[in-house]
Amino acid sequence: MARWKTDKNMKNQRTGDEGGCPASPVEKQETGENRMTKQKEQAVVASQEQLADGIFSMWIQTEAAETAVPGQFISMYTNDGSKLLPRPISICEIDRENGRLRVVYRVTGQNTGTEMFSKMKAGDVIPLIGPLGNGFPVEKAAGKKAFLMGGGIGVPPILELARQMQCEKKQIVVGYRDAQTFLKKEFEENGEVYISTEDGSVGTKGNVMDAIRENALEADIIYACGPTPMLRAIKQFAEKNNIVCYLSLEERMACGIGACLACVCKSKEKDHHSNVNNKRICKDGPVFLSTEVEI
Amino acid sequence: MDMRVNIAGVEWNNPVTVASGTFGSGAEFADFVDLNRLGAVTTKGVANIPWQGNPTPRVAETYSGMMNAVGLQNPGIDLFCERDIPFLRKYDTKIIVNVCGKSTEDYCEVVERLADEDVDMLEINISCPNVKEGGIAFGQNPRAAEDITKAVKKYAKQPVIMKLSPNVTSIAEMARAVEAGGADAVSLINTLTGMKIDINRKTFVLANKTGGVSGPAIHPIAVRMVYEAANAVNVPVIGMGGIASAEDAIEMILAGASAVSVGTANFYNPAVTMEVADGIESYMKRNGFESVSDMVGLVR
Repeated sequence: MARWKTDKNMKNQRTGDEGGCPASPVEKQETGENRMTKQKEQAVVASQEQLADGIFSMWIQTEAAETAVPGQFISMYTNDGSKLLPRPISICEIDRENGRLRVVYRVTGQNTGTEMFSKMKAGDVIPLIGPLGNGFPVEKAAGKKAFLMGGGIGVPPILELARQMQCEKKQIVVGYRDAQTFLKKEFEENGEVYISTEDGSVGTKGNVMDAIRENALEADIIYACGPTPMLRAIKQFAEKNNIVCYLSLEERMACGIGACLACVCKSKEKDHHSNVNNKRICKDGPVFLSTEVEI
Repeated sequence: MDMRVNIAGVEWNNPVTVASGTFGSGAEFADFVDLNRLGAVTTKGVANIPWQGNPTPRVAETYSGMMNAVGLQNPGIDLFCERDIPFLRKYDTKIIVNVCGKSTEDYCEVVERLADEDVDMLEINISCPNVKEGGIAFGQNPRAAEDITKAVKKYAKQPVIMKLSPNVTSIAEMARAVEAGGADAVSLINTLTGMKIDINRKTFVLANKTGGVSGPAIHPIAVRMVYEAANAVNVPVIGMGGIASAEDAIEMILAGASAVSVGTANFYNPAVTMEVADGIESYMKRNGFESVSDMVGLVR
């Protein structure tokens, strides 16, 4: 039985779910005209609260809310000049009407960028770029029995996915370390919820795959986000059972827009952009069909 | 007032380009930057065949900087010529193709392949610290650097810029060596070799163990090396290393750089190159400089 740890040392911030912009910049054009359409935005923190130990929720007033889709992420910048790189954080909720995005993120340690985010208050300026990456193809679930699976700090992006998904059976399977099951209430408003905890304090003891087995759940499409060992187990399960499966991957990144080639994953086929068996998680992902990638 | 600069016979609209590897081939940045406003675009290094690059993690943040060990992943010269050159050619900017290789033959093959392509300059990367063979093997020994320069010059139809490593005892000696080999210009500095350890996982942060340190943290080192190189050779110097603002770029120019490359700053401020170009222009106005060349190497 697949087991994985979401221990504190694991790279659990979604440092890899950066992504390219849905409108591909390599599209053909006749002239080299200026086509600047994107910029770093000085967004504003709308509210912030702590949900669990080390887990924070921030609503941000941002233009990124206009076009964001579930599974995309934003590159968030600290206001500390010694921390240069953006933190790619996946989008947890989209409130298009009010121009707001919600991110739920984990503070990864003392003096980290995420700790700085956690100290920000309503009205503070938070520079960001987004939305970035390709989201979950939510429409593919129409008429199907779906698993929406999240583990650890991969749980938050599953919420907006659950809110937008129209399908025959919406089974939300989320894994936590312990009884601090953040976002549980919101999930319960949006589907059937199955929980696993590593310590067994809530739901199935073990991981999300254990929860599926214990509850004898079935699906014909899977959407998942979480630590790589979890995604690896889900990929194996999906492919063994011929289930269409979309995985949101993570990797350390620098630019977030597909230029630096830091956040690559192995692809099954030669990628058309890289011309090798590498795909950019930020630009070509972070969501991939499980059969496209090797993890 | 004249923002144009002449680098080894090639006239750029302004002295600002990008450091290879931080800008792809420009396509990813075209949403954030008007590429027409760059003096030149320096492309990600390209080899004779596609390279897979290093395992991940390939990057880490450091104080006021970062480390990378991407390992020169690239699509190979054929796809590059077919896709990236036509894309860039649409813009009013010069194209500098960065060339990497594992052997003299590799470099020469790419340079020869580019001879009939519509590109303006070649930058030969003999300074990447992240690949075992090639790259740095040529960049730390003056004799090897001179030899590879001579070799690529035999095949090159465009002016050749030799990109130097800071991981040497004397940057002046390296600059003189490539000048002796026939280099038309030099660019520096590439990244400084560094290491970062994850004390929780008790292992290296980067899969490659070591990586190249870049960003504002290395800027003073770069200014010093640009100064030393510029005073050692007669060919133009393209200065880079931690440039994040016009002020940083002007320091380089005053130290002796005829043009500047913005690198790591592109990753966190995608529009930085335009800000640098505009800032140089307003500095020139404020200080009464008629042309960029009037500023080059003014501080001695």
